[in-house]
Amino acid sequence: MTRITLPRWWLLGIVLLLAIVPLGATTFYLQLGAKIMIMAIFALSLDLLIGHTGLVSFGHSAYFGVAAYALALITPKYEAASFWLTLPAAMTAAALAALVIGVLVVRTAGIYFIMVTLAFAQMLYAIFHDTNLGGGSDGIYINVRPELNVAGFKPLDLESPAQFFYLALIALIAVYWSLNKILHAPFGRALAGIRVNEQRMRAIGFPVFFYKLGAFTLAGALAGLAGYLAACQFGFVNPEILAWHHSGTVLMMVILGGMGRLHGAVIGAAAYVLLQELFSSSALFGAYAKHWQLFMGGLIVFIVLALPHGIGGLIDNAWVAWRRRNGGLNPESTDG
Amino acid sequence: MFYLIQLLNAVQYGLLLFLLSSGLTLIFGIMGVINLAHGSFYMVGAYLTYWLAKTTGSLWFAIPIGIAIAFAIGLLLETTIIRRLYKRDHLYQVLLTFGLILIFEEVRSILFGDEVHGVAVPELLNYSIPLTANLAYPVYRLFVTAICLVVAIVMYFVIHKTRAGMMIRAGNSNRDMAATLGVNIPLLFALVFACGMALAAFAGAIAAPITSVAPGMGNQVLIICFVVVVIGGIGSINGALIASLFIGLADTLGKVLAPEYSGVAVYLLMAAILLWRPQGLANRS
Repeated sequence: MTRITLPRWWLLGIVLLLAIVPLGATTFYLQLGAKIMIMAIFALSLDLLIGHTGLVSFGHSAYFGVAAYALALITPKYEAASFWLTLPAAMTAAALAALVIGVLVVRTAGIYFIMVTLAFAQMLYAIFHDTNLGGGSDGIYINVRPELNVAGFKPLDLESPAQFFYLALIALIAVYWSLNKILHAPFGRALAGIRVNEQRMRAIGFPVFFYKLGAFTLAGALAGLAGYLAACQFGFVNPEILAWHHSGTVLMMVILGGMGRLHGAVIGAAAYVLLQELFSSSALFGAYAKHWQLFMGGLIVFIVLALPHGIGGLIDNAWVAWRRRNGGLNPESTDG
Repeated sequence: MFYLIQLLNAVQYGLLLFLLSSGLTLIFGIMGVINLAHGSFYMVGAYLTYWLAKTTGSLWFAIPIGIAIAFAIGLLLETTIIRRLYKRDHLYQVLLTFGLILIFEEVRSILFGDEVHGVAVPELLNYSIPLTANLAYPVYRLFVTAICLVVAIVMYFVIHKTRAGMMIRAGNSNRDMAATLGVNIPLLFALVFACGMALAAFAGAIAAPITSVAPGMGNQVLIICFVVVVIGGIGSINGALIASLFIGLADTLGKVLAPEYSGVAVYLLMAAILLWRPQGLANRS
């Protein structure tokens, strides 16, 4: 399977396009855009495990949820908490949860790994759902969003949809850029080696366990960033964000976009959120709009059976065909 | 006396879990498919029982018809969709069967709505055995325990003493070898899958009068079944039985001793066993 990396000028163009969106968009589209970018960060973090390390985690919502709850629990009831305090705290909480769970789950492989990650996520769900730690099944409201101060100034006001859009964009670019760096660094190449042939990596002396644990913890921290931003955006957390349904959703995004490609995760997140809007539009589907998951379920079955490399795979094939027609491309050179 | 009641409940819950997880672990052991939609069949069984019992007026009538329908759906599902997953990565199996769960849940919502339903305990069994002045044990629960035991014993005999069971065991230990020796693998797989689904539906059907028939009931039980399979060891029926009883006890004890944390007790048990034996209780490393 050929995996291409998008050329830089494409990415730059998309970022510039996104940067001018807030100038003309309504609040609805700004919030939708921010939601897509937050889910894209979430999908990127999961793709680090699935697409790049070969670890199929089915409990990734746990780390998203832990960070979201961390923000909700730190924020005082009627005043704003500091962004610079709560963001690292939330991401650290998510990373710690991933580290502790990771020590247990990374020992397992294959089908066990899938089941055990799911079970631990469900354990965290049970904790937040059954006890009063985080408001039980009702969840908690975050009445005031965190305040982002830089030396007395407030460059971004998180209460404003347009400025929150920029924050999500900056976060997405930062995650995309750093993952791109990490995957091309020795650490990322070792993860790719583990994905392709774990036995061999162990045989040539790589401490595979620690590499996997590192990837698991990093993915947890990044999922935490997504969870933190989501909690900021909606001003509300409840146990459902930890539930396995949410893990399934983000898995769907990764496959829909095409796993193992950074841009695939972003495309998948956008496609999923937009399709969800489409399927749940009562103008189009009338009374069936509230059963939008029926269409989503059908789509999942279709994608798995007919389009296993997702939209990213389609784009890659089209791109390779186009480059080949225009002469001079070695399609194997771009793998990974 | 109070603890006797709890112990009976634990055994009853454990055996019910065994009915569910034995299908899950066999389907994984033999076909290598991780089937998330297993819990949906528990729900299908419960809803069919609710609906058939309401229309026919008899639970005794509803349960066999419900199981037959679930068996047919299972057969249809295997031949149209699941069959294409055998050679695919677990990732795709998880995702596709996750999609099936969404479809099952929404079809359930369209056909039966989102209300919580109840199924009446049949009159024949609708009384309690008094244990002390103010504690009594419902006969229907004992009936469920007995039925589960009977099914477990029948299953043991089918798997260990019959020709079909021999094929199942052969498929479980080496699929390709069994096929080479003349076992009709596609047929065997279809039947095992459909039987697993029928077992799950049966568990849902007999549990319906005890628990409520509610949306999402399948998902909750599915994850507990995963824990059972992880603890017992994948593909091991004996492991599933031991693990089911363990989980039944842990859950019931948790509910008695620390109700808020009972949901966590089961997972802590899993974590402990994973640290001790990552390959499950029954499997050798």
